[in-house]
Amino acid sequence: MSEARSDQVLRVDAYPTHEVGGYRVRAGKPFPFGANVVPGGVSFSVFSDQATSMTLVIYKRGEPEPMAELEFPEEFRTGSVFAMTVFGLDHENIEYGYRADGPYDPASGHRFDARQVLSDPYARLIAGRDVWGVEPDRSRGYQYRSRVCLQDFDWGDDTPLRIPAEDLVVYETHVRGFTRHPSSQVTAPGTFAGLREKIPYLKELGINCIELLPVFEFDESDNPRSNPETGEKLYDYWGYNTVSFFAPKAGYAATGRYGMQGDEFRTLIKDLHAAGIEVILDVVFNHTAEGNEQGPTISFKGLDNATYYMLTPEGYYFNFSGTGNTVNCNHPVVRNYVLDCLRHWVADYHIDGFRFDLAAILGRDLDGTPLPNPPLLEMLAFDPVLRHTKLIAEAWDAGGLYEVGNFPAYGRWAEWNGKYRDTVRRFLKGDPGVTGELATRIAGSPDLYSSRGTSASVNFLTAHDGFSLADLVSYNDKHNEANGEGNGDGANDNNSWNCGVEGPTDDPEVNALRLRQMKNALAILLTSQGIPMLLSGDEVARTQQGNNNTYCQDNELSWFDWDQVDQNAELLRFTRQLIAFRKHHRELRSTSHPTGRLRDGLGLPDISWHGERAWQPDWSADGRLLAVARCGTGDQDVVYVAMNSHWEAHDLELPALPGGRSWHLFADTGAEAPHDIRTPGAEQELDNAGKYLIGPRSVVILVGRATGPEPGDD
Amino acid sequence: MSLNVKERRNKTATVLVATGEINSETSGTLLESLLPLVREGRPLRIDLTAVTYVSSAGLRTLLVVYREAQHAGVAVTLYGVSEEVRFVMSATGFLDFFETGEAAATRARAAR
Repeated sequence: MSEARSDQVLRVDAYPTHEVGGYRVRAGKPFPFGANVVPGGVSFSVFSDQATSMTLVIYKRGEPEPMAELEFPEEFRTGSVFAMTVFGLDHENIEYGYRADGPYDPASGHRFDARQVLSDPYARLIAGRDVWGVEPDRSRGYQYRSRVCLQDFDWGDDTPLRIPAEDLVVYETHVRGFTRHPSSQVTAPGTFAGLREKIPYLKELGINCIELLPVFEFDESDNPRSNPETGEKLYDYWGYNTVSFFAPKAGYAATGRYGMQGDEFRTLIKDLHAAGIEVILDVVFNHTAEGNEQGPTISFKGLDNATYYMLTPEGYYFNFSGTGNTVNCNHPVVRNYVLDCLRHWVADYHIDGFRFDLAAILGRDLDGTPLPNPPLLEMLAFDPVLRHTKLIAEAWDAGGLYEVGNFPAYGRWAEWNGKYRDTVRRFLKGDPGVTGELATRIAGSPDLYSSRGTSASVNFLTAHDGFSLADLVSYNDKHNEANGEGNGDGANDNNSWNCGVEGPTDDPEVNALRLRQMKNALAILLTSQGIPMLLSGDEVARTQQGNNNTYCQDNELSWFDWDQVDQNAELLRFTRQLIAFRKHHRELRSTSHPTGRLRDGLGLPDISWHGERAWQPDWSADGRLLAVARCGTGDQDVVYVAMNSHWEAHDLELPALPGGRSWHLFADTGAEAPHDIRTPGAEQELDNAGKYLIGPRSVVILVGRATGPEPGDD
Repeated sequence: MSLNVKERRNKTATVLVATGEINSETSGTLLESLLPLVREGRPLRIDLTAVTYVSSAGLRTLLVVYREAQHAGVAVTLYGVSEEVRFVMSATGFLDFFETGEAAATRARAAR
């Protein structure tokens, strides 16, 4: 007998003890929650603190009416957990849900309604939105149907990559948007499988971490609006309204109609890992798709409203998320729920990290008060399963809590550094008085993260939420009319500059300036200390036509246009070389903040600031030129980055280099391609060692190294 | 839909011809047919030409056979995988495990 079958043993709990509704059953085990395949049957376990009774509702797959309704016998309840094993079920061809009975008393927080069939909060698969964009049959009483699945994916030798945080180059993208455009030429556009076909592109770009906008099951059709200009339906495209936290979105899988989204997503992750790319999920624990009093009842509201949501003393929903409800994250039961969820994604999907949407909410108490020592955040930081998982906070919320630099980190949490974004944007457009703060930001924001190191700072200039890079240099104002909200949605403080014309133009000077500004932005981002994050498509100048809030736009405003890979090859090449340059220079990725003290043996400090004159930075309000030199230890190169946001050129006096080194030109955004950037290690030695003319609104990157054989990669 | 399996032996291999759907209801039958053949130690070919659908449980059954065969040092090849089944197997990663008839034929041609 083979190994796989020799361990089959007779189990006492493989036999039924009761009969309910014609089905053979026995008491299930309270843990793990959810529906789990056990010998001979399926074990169902669900929590509700206040339910007076619980009924398991089973459907034959796709059928509108249940095939069985099995009330949990009283003796199957342990504490507040209802658990039952049902024998003889074809686990693959059933859907299930629960009817929870109990008080309907909103003022006390209870909204039980036994007429409603509820999704299992622990459902590993959800049926009902199997193919993206297919208009659902809303007459069906149970929309988001829990399904049973096996957790037996064959990972082979896949192991976590554990790339040191400081070495990451993060690429934020959207599963559907990345390959939905017809130009993607993939087999299954808009899916996990489609994204998998584009791994070679990601690898060639050089990024080593992909951050996916929400992939937990959501309902793209829950947006009631339409485009006022075209009448076209608008979607919940980004997917921040989670329907089910343990289930990958079926509509993102080419095989979602077969219920194989879990395997398809795992295969994508496995292949990304094989390509040296980690996977971070954007997760949304601050609110759910159930909304406020007017919203639908899907799961939590009907199972245990008072446990899962923050409620006012009158029983209304606190709204720190700006979307209607707020998850009661620091309730002990909910803390465990969040932990179980993240463990599931790490253990069963090999996810490498999480970015927490509006994470400041995760630090609020049951009544919304910010906690000094939030138990949920501490729990996640020290959990054994999550021990090496990257945790990144969007350290603010819609209730006004802004914790950038202040997020309770427990030595583990990094943050989206909104201050980095704002400062560099202001510098790029030429605002006065920014050079001082710019220096702080590109040095890894030591004012915010002195005790946490540079990798606590996720540096970004653009993200899904806001202008794309091309739009940042093409629009002064947002243009969100297509969202159907009268241009009232989206951020107003964008720190953008249109380079002289609002929107598209044929003016070659304006277009040249825009291209240069994009290169400037990327050059600063990728030579800053901290973890750089790129928005997908910025490397090829993806435009959203001035829309800075495309949450509802499932169309070419949002999709990656692969024709731009050729059309904007110059910018793509520039980005690739910058990423390669970052990899080449450890001094750009040091974990500790620079001190300004001399490095052993080289005679230069680890960081030094310069202006037109070497060693004389201009911190005045009118100063729009700043240069920084970074120096590693031993024989490493010196990296000098000069940033000029002034509309005039300046003569730079270059700092003298020690020990037979000379300055070599890596990049000059003011130069025509292909001379704008070179291959790392093959920089061109400057003719005039002591001077360099930096053009208007340009960034120059020089390398100080020994003349002679090219240095190897560090 | 049910699954019918027929066994055929030629000089070099045992061929199992499956007809119907491979899903959670029928995969038990398939497994019962295949495991004894794996234990015989002869190269095994699974002809899926007349298989219209392979469900998640069906794919797992095929993978279990593959792992058993790997353990026993037996070569397993899938034949006649329809375009739809191949697409599903490819998207979910299961195809990566298997030798398929087409790939084997290509390699044989290259070797000649």
